[in-house]
Amino acid sequence: MSILNVTNLSKHFGKLQVLKDINFSMEEGQVVSIIGSSGSGKTTLLRCINMLENANGGKIYLDGKLFIDADSSVKYTPGQLRTKQLSLGLVFQDFNLFPQYNVLENVTLAPRLLAKERSDYKTRKKEILYEIEENAKSILASVGLSEKLESYPCQLSGGQKQRVSIARALALKPRILFFDEPTSALDPELTGEILKVIRQLAAEHITMIIVTHEIDFAYSVSDKVIFMDKGVIAEEGTPDEVLKNPKNPRTQAFLQKLS
Amino acid sequence: MSKFQELFIPVTLSLLEGLGVTFKIFTLTLLFALPLGLIISFGSMSKWAPFKFLNGLHKNGNKLIAIISNFKPISFLIRILVWVIRGTPLMLQLILFGLGPGLIGIKGMNTFVAVMIAFVLNYACYFSEIFRGGIEAVPRGQYEACQVLGMTRTQTFFKVVLLQVVKHIIPPMGNEFITLVKDTALANTIMIYEITWNAKRFMASKHVLWPLFYSGIFYLLFCGILTVIFRQFEKKLSYFD
Ligand SMILES: Nc1ncnc2c1ncn2[C@@H]1O[C@H](COP(=O)(O)OP(=O)(O)O)[C@@H](O)[C@H]1O
Ligand SMILES: [Mg+2]
Repeated sequence: MSILNVTNLSKHFGKLQVLKDINFSMEEGQVVSIIGSSGSGKTTLLRCINMLENANGGKIYLDGKLFIDADSSVKYTPGQLRTKQLSLGLVFQDFNLFPQYNVLENVTLAPRLLAKERSDYKTRKKEILYEIEENAKSILASVGLSEKLESYPCQLSGGQKQRVSIARALALKPRILFFDEPTSALDPELTGEILKVIRQLAAEHITMIIVTHEIDFAYSVSDKVIFMDKGVIAEEGTPDEVLKNPKNPRTQAFLQKLS
Repeated sequence: MSKFQELFIPVTLSLLEGLGVTFKIFTLTLLFALPLGLIISFGSMSKWAPFKFLNGLHKNGNKLIAIISNFKPISFLIRILVWVIRGTPLMLQLILFGLGPGLIGIKGMNTFVAVMIAFVLNYACYFSEIFRGGIEAVPRGQYEACQVLGMTRTQTFFKVVLLQVVKHIIPPMGNEFITLVKDTALANTIMIYEITWNAKRFMASKHVLWPLFYSGIFYLLFCGILTVIFRQFEKKLSYFD
């Protein structure tokens, strides 16, 4: 059973049709890369799946269960929306760290607030908070930030900020982790450290969808590559199929431009 | 004994008495204008558009329907209010509230209450713009990050947004507080016996000018203390940006 199944997803902003009839699926533990020129709808696709944007049509299934039904006019309550959003994680292009919290607090804030809803929170508060902190520390260690727990975002490099934001998303153990051009806001010499972290997550079989312009990286890390053009999936397949032997002339033109 | 020596103690006592009234106007204005300003700022950002349902009708480009469907009455009215209050002299508003009720035959309105209404309304409007600026300065990405991290709206506001707003508004608030200290002097025009009124009293009765300049020292000290307090706050929040 696919972990994610997107069917007939569509989205428009006013008269501008940004996503048209998007269909794709992926399996647990897979890495899918989405490539395509600027304005082709990659960000909007991630935002619709993560419910930051309301799709106008289509259905999305998570673990075989109906996750988003954009064909129905029924609105989700804020509570339902939260539960759904918690099962996915999103890493933004420009980090969006919380400036007033240090690195460790950035990672523990959401889990701590979430823990308050546990039925055993009152009786086991100390243990729970301890577990949350230890978990955050071990994730931060895995992205190489053990030395920076007490630093504030303004004291970090772009690459370090992005690693904090990845750790922050991981701390909630999402079923799928989405990245929207995680290296685009970084100086070129800092992209490597982020790609390394993502490779490491792939090796741990974290299910990920990555929007990226790093073609070599997408080739080596992905199980599947999707090429988007003007709001549709113009081509999809294995990295070899899409990146080495593209059939669609538009994919060929796009890759030509990048190389 | 010179006239100066003779008058110094009574003038000082009288100005201190006036300072009490000044301080009262200052604190009461803040006490009511800060929360009212927050409410006004929410009103000015209100997105309530009761005719939004007409939206579907202007597909074929009817401009008038488009304008009506986007009309936000609360935001519109609040912005008119803020425009009028900020666009006219506080002095004029003080006179309107202080003397206006008497002119249209409403008797027994307490002058101090009238002064407070004018001050609170005026400052609430200025504060509302500062709050709005502070709230709008928090990037949308902060809200979105909270959302994908499963935080509720209340948690988002209190745990993430609020402190960033506070940091943004401290410098302009400091300015407004200091302006308010000096604006309280306007109350003397409608017979409120604050510092400046007391200083002017000696000008008229004893024909001396110096009590007026002397009163400046009281304002200076008052504002000096505020400046130090605000600088302290600013420093406390300077660890992030
Ligand atoms: N909130 C929005 N309102 C209106 N148009 C938008 C909005 N967000 C994106 N768009 C438009 O949708 C198209 C796709 O944008 P986006 O999904 O950001 O593309 P990509 O991430 O592939 O560069 C662009 O033409 C963009 O201008
Ligand atoms: Mg994008």
